[in-house]
Amino acid sequence: MKIAITSVGNSLSSNIDERFGRCAFFVIYDTDTKSVEFIPNHAKDAEGGAGTAAVQLIASQQVAKVVSGQFGVKVKPLLDSLKIQMISIKGSHSVQEIINMVEER
Amino acid sequence: MLFKTHGDKQLKIAIASGKGGTGKTFVATNLYSVLQQNQVSSILIDCDAEEPNDHFFFKSISKTDKEVQVNIPVISAESCIFCDKCYEYCHYNAIFYLPSLQQIHVMEDLCHSCGACSVACEHNAITEKKKTIGTVTTYLLSGNYKLIESRVNIGVYSPVPVITSAIKEAEQQGIIILDAPPGTSCPFIHTVNNADYVVLVAEPTPFGLSDLQKTIAVLHILEKPFGIVINKSDIGTLAMSDFIQKENYDLLLSIPFDRSVASFYSEGKIMAEREEKWKEIFENLIDKIIETACK
Repeated sequence: MKIAITSVGNSLSSNIDERFGRCAFFVIYDTDTKSVEFIPNHAKDAEGGAGTAAVQLIASQQVAKVVSGQFGVKVKPLLDSLKIQMISIKGSHSVQEIINMVEER
Repeated sequence: MLFKTHGDKQLKIAIASGKGGTGKTFVATNLYSVLQQNQVSSILIDCDAEEPNDHFFFKSISKTDKEVQVNIPVISAESCIFCDKCYEYCHYNAIFYLPSLQQIHVMEDLCHSCGACSVACEHNAITEKKKTIGTVTTYLLSGNYKLIESRVNIGVYSPVPVITSAIKEAEQQGIIILDAPPGTSCPFIHTVNNADYVVLVAEPTPFGLSDLQKTIAVLHILEKPFGIVINKSDIGTLAMSDFIQKENYDLLLSIPFDRSVASFYSEGKIMAEREEKWKEIFENLIDKIIETACK
């Protein structure tokens, strides 16, 4: 299963980015192969529609879940229709901590 | 008085500001009042479509509403061959496109009705439907004067089509006052771009100065002539008047703060109708505007 995590930087020690559509990087973590991929978010400075673009990006990576701080109102129905589960995290956690939490579950 | 003889030629004057709450509507409604009092052919257009409030200041005899509609594309996933082209043409991320899942649809809230996707599609997969996004209301005032109001529906992404429809409604001779929306984004740009001259109403605070400078930068790009009115001129700092002097901009008027003026205004009343002094202030202002705009 693949999971997307929004991140402020491109390393495992980077904190998660609390904004879904306007995050700096998407981390794609594969729980089967343990592989980690960092994808820069080209839509982060878009005038509008950053959330829509972000959904397209993670959906094309075939993720089942996405971890972020906040999801915008236009994003929620899109993720629901694609059956991608939203996980909202409060406070500062590194990408590695999130991966550990996912693995412990 | 210049403005009495200017009334038969068309002159569009936008009253704008970067910052909100500086007194655009105060200046616009008072200017329109003195034009009416002097029987000058003129019209007032409230371009602040997100919260139009000019109508509070004038008694209307009747009003007529006109709906404003835009075209929204509808994409047929059956006819679509998922070629990417409409998705690439869309500047606003308004097409949700997932070829791997054969999903494509329009995000209506993000669509700017530019029509680029319809041009892009070579496979007749895009048709268009009408969407009502706001209303242009024409209020008939006494003496055959008119107030035209743009009002966008709640939740609509861009009020620009409603604003431009309101301005189009006023194709007539005389002085046209455009009460502009705040900010420096598209609604402001489309309002001032329709004007021959722009009056910037500013308040002399650091915030007010910063927004004034941003607004002037936009007007330079649009190559629009402008002059400045400093409202509440005795509050804040001197940085604004120093800036105006240094850059040699036209300072049209300074209005000192007066609590009784603010209180009277809050009742939806017009100072130029109450006191001769204020009537003269705004008559002089319109004269100065015409003098500067036509030089």
